[in-house]
Amino acid sequence: MPKKMHIELTVNGKSHEFLAEPRELLIHTLRERLNLTGPHIGCETSHCGACTVIVNGKSVKSCTMFVAQANGADLTTIEGLGTPDAPHVLQTAFREHHGLQCGFCTPGMITRASKLLEENPNPTEEEIRFGMAGNLCRCTGYQNIVKSILAAASELNAAKEAAE
Amino acid sequence: MNDMTPEREERVAGLKGLGCSRKRVEDARFTQGKGNYVDDLKLPGMLHGDFVRSPYAHARVKSINTEAAMALDGVVAVLTAADLAPLGLHWMPTLAGDKQMVLADGKVLFQGQEVAYVIARDRYVAADAVELVEVEYEELPVLTDPFEALKSDVVLREDLDPAAPGAHGPRKHHNHIFTWEAGDKTATEQVFAEADVVAEEMIYYHRTHPCPLETCGCVASMDKVNGKLTLWGTFQAPHAIRTVVSLISGIEEHNIRVISPDIGGGFGNKVGAYAGYVCSVVASIVTGQPVKWVEDRMENLMTTAFARDYWMQGKIAATKEGKITGLWCHTTADHGGFDACADPTKFPAGFMNICTGSYDIPTAYLAVDGVYTNKAPGGVAYRCSFRVTEAAYFIERMIEVLAIELKMDAAELRRINFIRKDQFPYQSALGWEYDSGDYHTAWDKALTAVGYDALRKEQAERVEAFKRGETRKLLGIGLTHFTEIVGAGPVKNCDILGLGMFDSCEIRIHPTGSAIARLGTISQGQGHATTFAQILASEIGIPADSITIEEGDTDTAPYGLGTYGSRSTPVAGAASAMAGRKIRAKAQMIAAYLLEVHDDDVEFDVDRFVVKGAPERFKTMKEIAFAAYNQAIPGIEPGLEAVSYYDPPNMTYPFGAYICVMEIDVDTGEHQIRQFYALDDCGTRINPMIIEGQVHGGLTEALAIAMGQEIAYDDMGNCKTGTLMDFFLPTAWETPHYTTDHTVTPSPHHPIGAKGVGESPNVGGVPAFSNAVHDAFRAFGLRQSHMPHDHWRIWKIADDLGLHG
Repeated sequence: MPKKMHIELTVNGKSHEFLAEPRELLIHTLRERLNLTGPHIGCETSHCGACTVIVNGKSVKSCTMFVAQANGADLTTIEGLGTPDAPHVLQTAFREHHGLQCGFCTPGMITRASKLLEENPNPTEEEIRFGMAGNLCRCTGYQNIVKSILAAASELNAAKEAAE
Repeated sequence: MNDMTPEREERVAGLKGLGCSRKRVEDARFTQGKGNYVDDLKLPGMLHGDFVRSPYAHARVKSINTEAAMALDGVVAVLTAADLAPLGLHWMPTLAGDKQMVLADGKVLFQGQEVAYVIARDRYVAADAVELVEVEYEELPVLTDPFEALKSDVVLREDLDPAAPGAHGPRKHHNHIFTWEAGDKTATEQVFAEADVVAEEMIYYHRTHPCPLETCGCVASMDKVNGKLTLWGTFQAPHAIRTVVSLISGIEEHNIRVISPDIGGGFGNKVGAYAGYVCSVVASIVTGQPVKWVEDRMENLMTTAFARDYWMQGKIAATKEGKITGLWCHTTADHGGFDACADPTKFPAGFMNICTGSYDIPTAYLAVDGVYTNKAPGGVAYRCSFRVTEAAYFIERMIEVLAIELKMDAAELRRINFIRKDQFPYQSALGWEYDSGDYHTAWDKALTAVGYDALRKEQAERVEAFKRGETRKLLGIGLTHFTEIVGAGPVKNCDILGLGMFDSCEIRIHPTGSAIARLGTISQGQGHATTFAQILASEIGIPADSITIEEGDTDTAPYGLGTYGSRSTPVAGAASAMAGRKIRAKAQMIAAYLLEVHDDDVEFDVDRFVVKGAPERFKTMKEIAFAAYNQAIPGIEPGLEAVSYYDPPNMTYPFGAYICVMEIDVDTGEHQIRQFYALDDCGTRINPMIIEGQVHGGLTEALAIAMGQEIAYDDMGNCKTGTLMDFFLPTAWETPHYTTDHTVTPSPHHPIGAKGVGESPNVGGVPAFSNAVHDAFRAFGLRQSHMPHDHWRIWKIADDLGLHG
């Protein structure tokens, strides 16, 4: 049995401290240790993006990161983006524009999109398609995902303008 | 009284019933990350199962040594066929009347086949233990080509008596499974002997995989105290799974509860019963603890239900003017090591006999030979209704080949052969009765929408420019007019394992006027909780927002055959409407009592019963619901509930016209989709937003299949496409923008006229993309090139045609 490591993580603003085998994958930490089952496992090879979370401000596929690599990191998962009472703009936009069907890719998709809109608040359709290419969806054909993200971008921008 | 006054319109809109683009009720939990998929399930003391799998495609298993694995801390048990044999569970029946090894019984027949099942404390220990199981194999000759398999002396299925008939009649060879025929062979041969023109071609529809984003999995929990087994899993047919589990385990059906929680896409992959389910059930019975098994992606692609793999040798006969007189098809179907196709019992090749398509073809003959090879078993309907996509691809390619033979425009050739509107209900030469259609209207609308004539002109100019060396890009116009056959199906000819393919709906109206309805189907992304409530809202006058839809729990939902083959709307949707009508009939009696008039003197109006001729006297459904629970009404039982089991009188026949305009780079083989127009006619439209979403998704699956996705093997039977690195799933970047359109030709026999739509875009999309590739090269002599049309294969087409100079 490999020696366990002492791990500290902040996930959705909450601190966690535990011992884990260095080979434990971050997605298993989140799903099985911390009971955050929003991020999903779809491929184990970094292709599908269902496990996407934000690690220290970057979109990361948590199925191919060891929890040891995330030691000390600040993480955000879909559960940290919004609540049922105060949903993230993207969570509302995906529902409004039918940006999901089976829902399996949705947490990763929305988590990635939230980062994309931080990086590029005014994306074109082409930039969205390129920026979301790390997240696969088998149900929607992406058209309404793109539409949802465009709608969320304009809403976020309108809110920003109103605030200024 | 049926005039749409503003007041009445408002009441109709408030119901959010048929035709409303109602937002989905499922989305709140999914967008919050609060879905409940099988791998999210965590039970106290839950163990994890994992498989030792064969690295060989064909080998004898000489010995299995589990000692080292058992010695690992955290390993609870390792099961092999020898452990399952005393229970009779080392083999299981398949949906196709064959049987399949649960764990390798003396030999393996495909790479990745289950050899041993490890049960351990967690998934990491289980994975470690899998590595420690020592299996000694003796390699055997591998057969990956079905044509060779039919000639080979190598016997794949040593467990079968070669002289004994199979589940579907006599077997011609030890690697042969069945021959299935439809149509009139002699008459068809006669037509071909006398035909003006005959076009002949081999059309191969390659092996692929439904690859839902969530893989297959289950959690089995045997409660030894009360003797009840609960099985959660990714099941597209939970009730059928319960019956199968009961039949093979001997546990009485009332002691088994099967639950399909949220399912992360199915597309046919989650219809069948897999070794993982059986082993997990056994493991839970043995250990008395819950056991979870979830495939990884490689296991999913390599071992659970593939799709297609049909070699379709075709001939089409026509007059000089292009009127089709006959169709002939012989299909060689590669079923892999076990026949685990998911088809209705009487249809071992599914509904392949819909291969006369949208055309009035007076004489036809089809034969299908199923063959064993050293490939994974399966043969499921990947977003289609039982081999319909193979049939549609076949006829839509044959039409194009005939157009080349006749030097005719392929759009015009289709038009002159379409079944006319006045011919419905139409009896096809291969035995189906098409319910309704208006193909010419759809076709003309599609051609006009894309500016077909201008496109052909542009294409001709492009060919000239290419010949002059001014461009290296060609233009392809991919046409398709498909007819589906969905909604299996009438119990008289459709069953799975002897279970008639009806479906069901049970409604309970609560005293305060809201309701719960339960169905025998199960959503995997289709939005049933949204759309079935809409059907009911229009039928019973209670707002869709006040109706909860529940599916997937066999302890509570009425028996049904599940969701695949676009059958939910045609069958369970019909059951909903019929159950709703029973509610309405009782509500009418209650309303009449409350209004002190005769039953016949009240009529239904949106959300209430009104006295005929006196609309100001009425009782709303809400008032009626309360009365059902608080009034003693003479001759009427209290309560307001209904159940309907619906056996459809016929299939439904959705159709559509798709056009794909594609640019092809002759030097790189890359393609770019400039335009994709999809017109669907699925009869009555329940929720246009959801229909459109289904079309986008199905077209993207079709894009994948046509342009790159395949399950490929080398000569040793190694699966070369076991990860998403090799198995093509399009990203947003590769996926084009789609234009959707529709016509509405209701089904005459469905209670609300709906036909089903989820699979149409996959069925029609594949030939549209493929025909675009072929069409781009038509001017240079291309007749047929097999899918998938990845960049290399397109480059090869150009190279073979001498276009690289």
